[in-house]
Amino acid sequence: MESKFGDYLLSVDHISLSFGGVKALKDISFGIREKEVFAIIGPNGAGKTSMLNVINGFYHPQEGEITYKGVHRKQMKSHDAAVHGIARTFQNVALFKGMSTLDNIMTGRIIHMKRNLFWQAIYLGPARKEEMANREYVEDIIDFLEIQAIRRTPVGRLPYGLQKRVELGRALAMEPDLLLLDEPMAGMNIEEKQDMCRFVLDVNDQYGTTIALIEHDMSVVMDISDKVVVLDYGEKLAEGTPDEIRGNQTVIDAYLGVTTAN
Amino acid sequence: MEILTTIFIQPFFDMAADPILFLQVIWEGFVTGILYSLIALGFVLIFKASGVFNFAQGIMVVFAALTLVGLHENGIPAYIALPITILVMYALAFSVERLVLRPLVNQPDIILFMATIGVTFFLIGFGEFIFGGEPKMMITEELLLPYGSITFFDDMLILQEIDIAASGIAALALIFLALFLGKTKIGIALRAVADDNQAALSVGVSLNTIWVLVWFISGIIALITGIMWGAKSDVSFALSIIAFKALPVLILGGFTSVQGAIVGGLIIGIGEKIGEFYWGDLVGGSIESWLAYMIALVFLLFRPQGLFGEKIIERV
Amino acid sequence: MKETTATEKLSQVLDTIPKLLLDHAKKRADRPANRLKDLGIWQTWTWSEVADEVRNLACGLSKIGFQRGDKLAVIGDNRPRLYWSMVAAQALGGIPVPLYQDSVAEEMVYVLENADVKYAIVQNQEQTDKLLEIKDRLPNLKHICYEEPRGMRDYTQDFIHYYKDIQKTGRDYHNENPDYFLQEIGKGQGSDISIFLYTSGTTGKPKGVVLTSDNLIITARNSIEFDNLTSEEEVLAYLPMAWVGDNIFSLAQAYVIGFCVNCPENPETVMTDLKEIGPTYYFAPPAIYETVLTKVMIRMEDASKIKRSMFKYFMDLAKSVGIRILDGKPVSFKERILYSIGQFLVYGPLKNNLGLSRTRLAYTAGEAIGPEIFEFFRSLGINIKQLYGQTEASVFICAQPDGQVKADTVGTAYPGVELRLADNNEVFYRSPGVFHSYYKNPESTAETKDAEGWVATGDAGFFDEDGHLKIIDRAKDVGRMSDGTMFAPKYIENKLKFFPFIKEAVAFGDEKEFTTAFICIDIEAVGNWAERKNLAYSGYTDLSARAEVYDLLQECVETVNADLARDEKLSGSQIKRFLLLHKELDADDGELTRTRKVRRRIVAEKYAVLISALDDPQQTHCEIDSQMTFEDGRTGMVHADLQIRESALAESQVHTLAA
Repeated sequence: MESKFGDYLLSVDHISLSFGGVKALKDISFGIREKEVFAIIGPNGAGKTSMLNVINGFYHPQEGEITYKGVHRKQMKSHDAAVHGIARTFQNVALFKGMSTLDNIMTGRIIHMKRNLFWQAIYLGPARKEEMANREYVEDIIDFLEIQAIRRTPVGRLPYGLQKRVELGRALAMEPDLLLLDEPMAGMNIEEKQDMCRFVLDVNDQYGTTIALIEHDMSVVMDISDKVVVLDYGEKLAEGTPDEIRGNQTVIDAYLGVTTAN
Repeated sequence: MEILTTIFIQPFFDMAADPILFLQVIWEGFVTGILYSLIALGFVLIFKASGVFNFAQGIMVVFAALTLVGLHENGIPAYIALPITILVMYALAFSVERLVLRPLVNQPDIILFMATIGVTFFLIGFGEFIFGGEPKMMITEELLLPYGSITFFDDMLILQEIDIAASGIAALALIFLALFLGKTKIGIALRAVADDNQAALSVGVSLNTIWVLVWFISGIIALITGIMWGAKSDVSFALSIIAFKALPVLILGGFTSVQGAIVGGLIIGIGEKIGEFYWGDLVGGSIESWLAYMIALVFLLFRPQGLFGEKIIERV
Repeated sequence: MKETTATEKLSQVLDTIPKLLLDHAKKRADRPANRLKDLGIWQTWTWSEVADEVRNLACGLSKIGFQRGDKLAVIGDNRPRLYWSMVAAQALGGIPVPLYQDSVAEEMVYVLENADVKYAIVQNQEQTDKLLEIKDRLPNLKHICYEEPRGMRDYTQDFIHYYKDIQKTGRDYHNENPDYFLQEIGKGQGSDISIFLYTSGTTGKPKGVVLTSDNLIITARNSIEFDNLTSEEEVLAYLPMAWVGDNIFSLAQAYVIGFCVNCPENPETVMTDLKEIGPTYYFAPPAIYETVLTKVMIRMEDASKIKRSMFKYFMDLAKSVGIRILDGKPVSFKERILYSIGQFLVYGPLKNNLGLSRTRLAYTAGEAIGPEIFEFFRSLGINIKQLYGQTEASVFICAQPDGQVKADTVGTAYPGVELRLADNNEVFYRSPGVFHSYYKNPESTAETKDAEGWVATGDAGFFDEDGHLKIIDRAKDVGRMSDGTMFAPKYIENKLKFFPFIKEAVAFGDEKEFTTAFICIDIEAVGNWAERKNLAYSGYTDLSARAEVYDLLQECVETVNADLARDEKLSGSQIKRFLLLHKELDADDGELTRTRKVRRRIVAEKYAVLISALDDPQQTHCEIDSQMTFEDGRTGMVHADLQIRESALAESQVHTLAA
């Protein structure tokens, strides 16, 4: 099984993050291999989203080191992260509400557009060709996510499940090497969850994209991930395959136990 | 009864009686309106991209015009002074981003607003220090802008050539801007930033670059406005007062809408000229100075988001 | 050299679809034949390209063993490649069998087995999976070919093929045997079986209707002449390929005259695609027209006051002027000017939004269409007409000629169609489109089609004064009143249900002296009306019992009576007495089927007391205890005292004229 995955694409070492006096992450280390579906789970407030924000450069940890594509850094910058192939979605859907589905996904192509201000301005020649190429890439994604019918619809008018799909589309348009998904199935019904699972696995399979996701729904995580890290109160409780996690007593006590109690 | 006639009937009668004169009034209003539109546009761009209400927009108009004229007074020919002025506007945008916006990121809007007041006073002081405080003449001729006038209908309708040029240049600038915002990478990025900062960051848009850019575009717009306005009167710090006319325009058009700024500017411009000309005598003249605010006030009551603005929905 | 002579010979008799294809590939090689929106862009294939695509596919199919007489199942949304599959099968002397793409695998088993399907060309992974699920039970099914490669990477079975791979081997095969394709087409003739279409029978197993090339092509020729269709038409193919209509509109007619068939991107984008294509010729069942009208009305509700009143003014104008213009009747100069203003302000933008701005001809069929829906589209200047057809007739039996369009008839006999009414008013027809047989079902064939070729429709109808056929009901449901007058319950009920105030209606009259009816009010519409009248009510039962509501409904009933009086044969079945039921008919109480059709027998049994009270002219009201199911699933008994109203009968107009 392990042969499917390559080297470590991203690893974090001894990351600590605090806001004022509050420690959000304490000495966290783990590594994500190429082509892996990597899940970060834990109860609310465990620091999952903070971890994602550290990886894509929204938060800057006080201690530790991030190694991405072999480059060591103290912290990521969000612009660098995007340019070097880290794309993400948000827990509460952060789309450009006033734009159509197509334009939203098109923003994912910004980092692939050349900086030719003059040609761009008069929209001729190479700029036109470049736009066609970008548009084609975006159309492939629209086809892949089966959202042709809402191509021209302003996203603010779409139901939540579809908004999440558009957001995934925007992230995919960046041609990411590492895709960060912040609770991709939150607030969805069963059918939408199944669709989303299928899309996540297809992305991993067809585009060979490495995926790191945060999820609350345990059953989903266990089904689709290759590797799981469990966080609780900003600390790493365990790391392993879904089966190992299921059998881990600390995890059962801290997290799974809570779920069953519910 | 008579007062009602003078308010509600006589002015319209006058308009119909002399349609050429009416046309002349509308044209005057249109020319002023286009300049209001340009100033409002500068506000809108900065507001959309960074959420900052830029108090310094008016003074940027003066500063740009002053730099151009001042450089020329110091013996630099117009065709060199103009690019230098553009560079100065870029330097200004860059400094504002570095020294004001970046350190104050994530601060409340009011703080940023105060900061732009600071920028205003800095520009006044700096401008006076370098170029002196006395009013100057715009270098219309050197910039190859036409002067003189064209007449129609047996000299009944008089159009100043400078006004025609101003309208033409403003229209060109607007078309260029529309294309730029609609089609280019930066345009898309700018719309993204205006919509959702965090999401824009996640797709690799650099907020800092966008900020520099919109301040620079606003600077260029200020320069165009400064040249046109300066050609009609003169270049002095009193000019910055016209920036206050942008406020009713923004209320009318909405703070976030480019079309709103344009249409709003024209409505205010034409509206106040017609008001002044046909109703002005009723209250002893010069209603031009406050009519715009009246229109805006009425608008605030009925449509607070403006003509084209997004509906303001406060969520709890 | 050889090739040209062969084609020349073929073009003399264009009696099969593949021969027509070759003809168009020569005559209008560069004209568009098909379009498909893919990746957001409309892709176009010209007739000569289509001919190549079909040839490559046909040669490829023959390479994997396709023989004359083999059956090819075609399953998927409307896609050019699936239409080409059908033509390719026909070119090889095979028979295409299109299936409804939304059927579940279980439902497909019967058809695939019954039709002896050996090959299947399907759209995508979803359809492939369905076939794989049932393949064990289909020993005849040898090969499956898919059109869209997405998700198919891991399907390595050697009987599963990619469409383009088949075409690639086909191209090689053609290069080696350049005559093969033309020779195979040359073997075909008009009397050959062209297609199997399975009717989704309401009862029992589906029946495979066998149609010949002659059936389809002659019918298509007649229809093209009837409606002056040209090669410039644009149609959007969006109704199921397994339905006979699509085979006429998107295949036979297109191949006979050579117009362009456009396929939507996917089923959800149909409305957008419609707008982009702007078809000149359009078919939709009444439900779609109704949905469109509802959408327009809802949008107008939300529009500003000025827009709303403008819309209302011009739509009222259109109702009187637009329809007259369409029917070629006189219109005054002022009306014409106003209508043009309306065209500019309202009708034009509206039609453009609906994708109907270029629509010259629109058809509806299948069930009765509400007169107000019909009128709405006609007043906009869209020539919408009704037709009456069946799979067994290759669609056309009757249609409305231009200028003679009425909302309540299905028009006159179609060119080439003979019509006959039996004693019980059942409609029989005979036409060049009459089907060959039901596949492997001689009993049913004999039951439906007699030795002289007359086909029983199972529908009852009669001709009105202009010779237009009116379909009134299923023949088996039509009864006789005691004086021998024809009693068509569904016809009367439909007329009642066209009123928004009436949700359901049940008419009784078979073997009775006069007709009576139960009416269920539409709580929303009547409730709204009551609110406007400041009429307070506590619920459905209360509202139904109000004298004001009775007055309102009596007007509806009397309008229907006046309507019935215009038909000589039905005048005697006017509703004499009616009551408003105290509860809605409900599927939970077994009174309706799940598809909301009235279960006449159960209703008659359950409310026998009410029926006998209606039948007795002495009774003015009737008490009843009945069981009903509440929203939360509990059941309980409801007691009600229902009034009975007498409604006025209209003079039979036909009768007066005669007297």
